[in-house]
Amino acid sequence: MFKMLNPKRFYHAVGKHKFWEFIILAVFILFFYGPLCNMIMLAFADKYEVPNVLPQVWGIKWWQYIFQQKSLVTSMIQSFIIAIITSLLSMVICIPAAYSIARFKYPARKVFMFSFLLTNAFPKLGIYTSIAVLFYKYGLMGTYPGVIIIHLINSMMFMVWLPASAFRSVHRQQEEAARDVGAGPIRTFFKVTMPMAMPGISVATLYTFLASMEEAQGTMLVGMGRIQTMPVAMYGIILDSSAVQIGAVFAILLILPSVVMIFVMRKYIGPEAIAGGFKMK
Amino acid sequence: MSEKKIMLELKDMTKKYPNGDGVEHIGLQVNEGEIVTLLGPSGCGKSTILRTVGGFLDVTSGDIEINGRSIIHLPPEKRPTAMVFQSYNLWPHMNVYENLAYGLKLRKMPAEEQKTRITEMLDMVGIPGMEKKFPSQLSGGQQQRVAIARSLLLKPELLLLDEPFSALDAKIRHQMREELKKIQQNLGITVLFVTHDQEEAMAISHRIVVMNKGKIDQIGSPADIYDNPGTLHVASFIGEMNFIESEGKTIAIRPEDITVLPEGQGDLEGEVRTIMLLGHYVVLTVQQEENVIKCNIDRAQSETLQVGDRVSLKLGKHTVFDRAQE
Repeated sequence: MFKMLNPKRFYHAVGKHKFWEFIILAVFILFFYGPLCNMIMLAFADKYEVPNVLPQVWGIKWWQYIFQQKSLVTSMIQSFIIAIITSLLSMVICIPAAYSIARFKYPARKVFMFSFLLTNAFPKLGIYTSIAVLFYKYGLMGTYPGVIIIHLINSMMFMVWLPASAFRSVHRQQEEAARDVGAGPIRTFFKVTMPMAMPGISVATLYTFLASMEEAQGTMLVGMGRIQTMPVAMYGIILDSSAVQIGAVFAILLILPSVVMIFVMRKYIGPEAIAGGFKMK
Repeated sequence: MSEKKIMLELKDMTKKYPNGDGVEHIGLQVNEGEIVTLLGPSGCGKSTILRTVGGFLDVTSGDIEINGRSIIHLPPEKRPTAMVFQSYNLWPHMNVYENLAYGLKLRKMPAEEQKTRITEMLDMVGIPGMEKKFPSQLSGGQQQRVAIARSLLLKPELLLLDEPFSALDAKIRHQMREELKKIQQNLGITVLFVTHDQEEAMAISHRIVVMNKGKIDQIGSPADIYDNPGTLHVASFIGEMNFIESEGKTIAIRPEDITVLPEGQGDLEGEVRTIMLLGHYVVLTVQQEENVIKCNIDRAQSETLQVGDRVSLKLGKHTVFDRAQE
């Protein structure tokens, strides 16, 4: 059996094409899952020094340490609260915009659509600094509304484009049929149009939620250290502490919501759903 | 015939789109219990008329009345009409029962009554027991049946059908046509039907409105339209028609109204070009000066003729149009 692991034998057994495919896959897995495995390993290492491959002592000491730190636990709660508020606000603001882009023809519709791209086209730090100037004027620096506005700006492109394509795939006759049987325009939107566009809307909302969970730059700048979300707190810990394990535990905590959400919505997340959002009409 | 009550009346109705297309000065009366078909080539404005009646388009000028009451200021949900579209009628996230019950629920009908009426209606449109299915599990024909059922459940004063069968296979289309006519007879409901298929219009309607370029060309019973076309457009659009040019006039005559006789005995002389057997009858084309004239003859006669024979044509029922008219 081990004889077959000889590269030469392996090469001839599976053929040239498959052999290289296998090598590329192996390298990819190593690069992709290697750090991830290392991180998980570190999170459960009570004691670890660099030259070693495996930790000297396994355990959950650092997990306990983190959950005992009041400031870290509050940062998690803050992150969730901000992410949820951002997602909800983003839906309220962007879904009507998406619907208008999908349904109505008006002058400058495309300009309106591309304006959502602009926030993603410039270097973020530049935008944040210029926003900070405005925020100082209106007293938004270091406040929740300020941070939420920053998160909203980041979410807008996804939240407008994806639902717009979802709304476009709802046929006009289906809305008209609802009007015909006696539903008013608002009822038609909530009972027919929205449910049919739900996959697109929920994928966009998921991205918004996850993006908000991991946003650090803008939160640090506008939050001025007063608003401590998980990623912001993580910066502090990594800079302060010599224990690399804390970073690993935190990274896992940050990944968890994404993994759960992606698992729940796996049916709707796919190349088509995302690509569909960028169709311009 | 007893006195007919006018159900729908379009009074000098005009609808112009920003690009200048649309329909102009449409006057039309539809009586209670009648099927009236708007027939015309695509882009002639027939769907525009239907959509203004349904409330999905506003009118530029003129009026639309149902039972003597103007409806042009009502939104679609307040109009006593129900519409069936060409496709995408159903809401895919609701099952058949929910699709059918939605309008009844909005009318606050008790759940028990909803259920019995939906069961009855599904029986009537020929798809009993489909309540739990989702639209994606139904064939195109079944979906249109559900859509018709949903409209009928609301007991509209006027049923609007916008090419409801044109997305279906020919065989199912014929079947649906017959069933629709049967249902209409049983319920005595008034129907405004839109189609570009002249055969469908002939089969289904009490009266046909032939349209061309945003205007009404002719209104009449199917027989009337077929036998006495009012304009060249109507003559060419409905059925097969020969147009014979002679002395500045155009004679329009159907292939079945021409009798082929030996040379010298008819009205026009010509030479046989082709002989085509089409089952129980034969189509003969005859070259008469610049005109090629199509005649339907029976098989027995066709066996006496050969390509190149000189024949004479006797014209039966026909219509003469001045060439200047068109």
